[in-house]
Amino acid sequence: MNRHLLSIHDVSAEDIVRILDTAESFREVGTRVIKKVPALRGRTIVNLFYENSTRTRISFELAAKRLSADVINFTTSGTSVSKGESLKDTALTLQAMGADAIVIRHSSSGSPFTLTRWVKGSVLNAGDGTHEHPTQALLDMYTMRERLGKIEGLRVAIIGDVLHSRVARSLSFGLVKMGAEVTLVGPPTLIPPDAPAWGVQVSYDIDGVLPKLDVCYMLRVQRERQRQQYFPSVREYSRLFGLTNARVGMLPEGSLIMHPGPMNRGVEIDSDVADLPQSVIEHQVTNGIAVRMSLLYLLLGGSGTGEVGADG
Amino acid sequence: MAEQRIVFRGIRIIDPASGRDETTDVATEGAHISAVGPEATAAGAQVVDGDGLVLAPGLVDMHTHLREPGFEHKETVETGTRAAAAGGFTAVAPMANTDPVADNAAVIHEVRNLAARAALCDVFPVGAITRGLAGEEMAELGEMVEAGVRMFSDDGQCVQDARVLRNALTYARAFEDVVLAEHCEDAALAEGGQMHEGLHSYSLGLAGQPREAEEVIVARDLAIARLTGGRLHLCHLSSAGSIEMVRRAKAEGLRVSAEVTPHHLVFCDEDLRTYDTNFKVNPPLRSPEDREALRAALADGTIDVVATDHAPHAVEEKETEFDYAPPGTIGLETALAAIITYLVAPGLLSLSSAIEAMSVRPARILGAGEHGGPLEPGRPANLVVFDPSAEWMVEPPFVSRSRNSAFLGTTLQGRVMYTALRGELVVADGKPQR
Repeated sequence: MNRHLLSIHDVSAEDIVRILDTAESFREVGTRVIKKVPALRGRTIVNLFYENSTRTRISFELAAKRLSADVINFTTSGTSVSKGESLKDTALTLQAMGADAIVIRHSSSGSPFTLTRWVKGSVLNAGDGTHEHPTQALLDMYTMRERLGKIEGLRVAIIGDVLHSRVARSLSFGLVKMGAEVTLVGPPTLIPPDAPAWGVQVSYDIDGVLPKLDVCYMLRVQRERQRQQYFPSVREYSRLFGLTNARVGMLPEGSLIMHPGPMNRGVEIDSDVADLPQSVIEHQVTNGIAVRMSLLYLLLGGSGTGEVGADG
Repeated sequence: MAEQRIVFRGIRIIDPASGRDETTDVATEGAHISAVGPEATAAGAQVVDGDGLVLAPGLVDMHTHLREPGFEHKETVETGTRAAAAGGFTAVAPMANTDPVADNAAVIHEVRNLAARAALCDVFPVGAITRGLAGEEMAELGEMVEAGVRMFSDDGQCVQDARVLRNALTYARAFEDVVLAEHCEDAALAEGGQMHEGLHSYSLGLAGQPREAEEVIVARDLAIARLTGGRLHLCHLSSAGSIEMVRRAKAEGLRVSAEVTPHHLVFCDEDLRTYDTNFKVNPPLRSPEDREALRAALADGTIDVVATDHAPHAVEEKETEFDYAPPGTIGLETALAAIITYLVAPGLLSLSSAIEAMSVRPARILGAGEHGGPLEPGRPANLVVFDPSAEWMVEPPFVSRSRNSAFLGTTLQGRVMYTALRGELVVADGKPQR
């Protein structure tokens, strides 16, 4: 594996299988009374968050702590970041303090790439601008494999604001790499015109797509997009592209409903739909910790799955 | 300064203005060329062995940012013209987006004064079309013409209001040979754009700037040129669609000229994959197909001029998140070599055509009569001498105060050995002499 995880392009299909297999071993750790293994004892992991994201930060923090690593949270409020220190100087500082890995979330696309120029440790992209969110894609693929037994051949629709979604990018690239059939659905203003070059299908008709799915993956609608006139109103968006109570019956039996969170209940997904048994949104969250444990373990020099869970 | 006398012995002279391309001798005496031809001599002259070298009229850059006054941490008239001389330029036209903006004669005089004190090449300041580059009120063009300005541009900004441009193009007809240069970019379509919009911008998650942001303004400006009969120059074109429109406009007889930068001829949007901010330029690097069209347009003369858009920025300004970095690459020191490497060496452009695009035509557009040749006895000795086959790696230090070069780490062919400004060797053996 590469030293960094900046984009889902950094991992091969074999790497993905290895990451998911390793996550499976770590999944069990989360069910124990004492949810901890000593795999990364003495290693230092920094969560460098330039953008607020409680859920992703907590997930990474728990993952690192369950591996016994020392975790430092470095966020925009109350640190030098808010005093206007440059990314470079922050990186050099963290480097000087001996960070073994930096988990970075940033509103500017490409910032994790930029960070690698100044640090020796591993850099993990926890979401950069409208670029990628590779750990989300991996935990989503883990959840699909866990629930449906495979990824190859799955018919997955990713529905919503694909243009601005880092989750949609990473997940599309990852699923295509693993042999799934991906369809992007949304208003034409929010689907990149060149998306077919990613190896995916594009549709503007959710009702034509739903009956043929194994996984229906809903993206969060960002309300500020409406002000930029990508679509006329949130109401119309919900009506045309939301997974509503009326629509959910079109999904085949046994198919999954997924969402990266946080949800806008009543906008892209009706509240009752989000709480259906086929909705695995909370499983995604639980699996996220195991997948991030797996990534930290593999990137920081873990040798395989052998010693995982050996003690606790 | 002592009367400098130089003889370039057995050198290939390329002088498009006189149609000369032959190996011979060239002698200078004081500020002027004293003889061209076999056995040209000047008593007590310094002799330069011209074996393997080319002598041409000094290069002229009609699109430079010298950053002074106001942004001296990026570049000054002194450091920028030194970089220009190192790149073989004997004249540059610095853009008006300084602080204060060069939108009145006082700032023009200030830049000229700075140049008179310290410049290693001639400086032809560009005046702003509108006050403060705000695109609203016409600047005092006439007063700046009296101060010697021949070209006006709101470069960096584009005049968004079609009526303002119409009036400026019409008004400028009062002055002989004055040209208005447009940075073609529709503000609404380009807003927030970090790179060319296309497959790569979507994959990299960087907000895109579609080529249509340039094309709609090119179309509009050509229509206004037709309406006004004004003299229009289109800066740093980047899209194949723009080229087609310029081609038709020229066939129609409109008074229009166009330029392209070396970086748009060499790089493309694929090069942004590592988020290297040195590739963040405006207009953005476009697709390989656009790049091919630009190369062809330069070769067939649809594009008249190669200009650098030399845009220095401090290290800390570029070493940052991609969104936050200002657009621009330096280019004075790499321009000639880039054109030789990517256009002349592969056979797309003759060396003579390259000199036309980098010296003869920009000198003509700027009204820089002492530059661009012809290289004949009695003419000012503004010359560049280069080794067209020498290879070198682009790396710091640069002569420019900044080092934000898109060409960093590339190997280029073609090295400037001497630059003569009115007979003074301001660059010798590839190094600026002051």
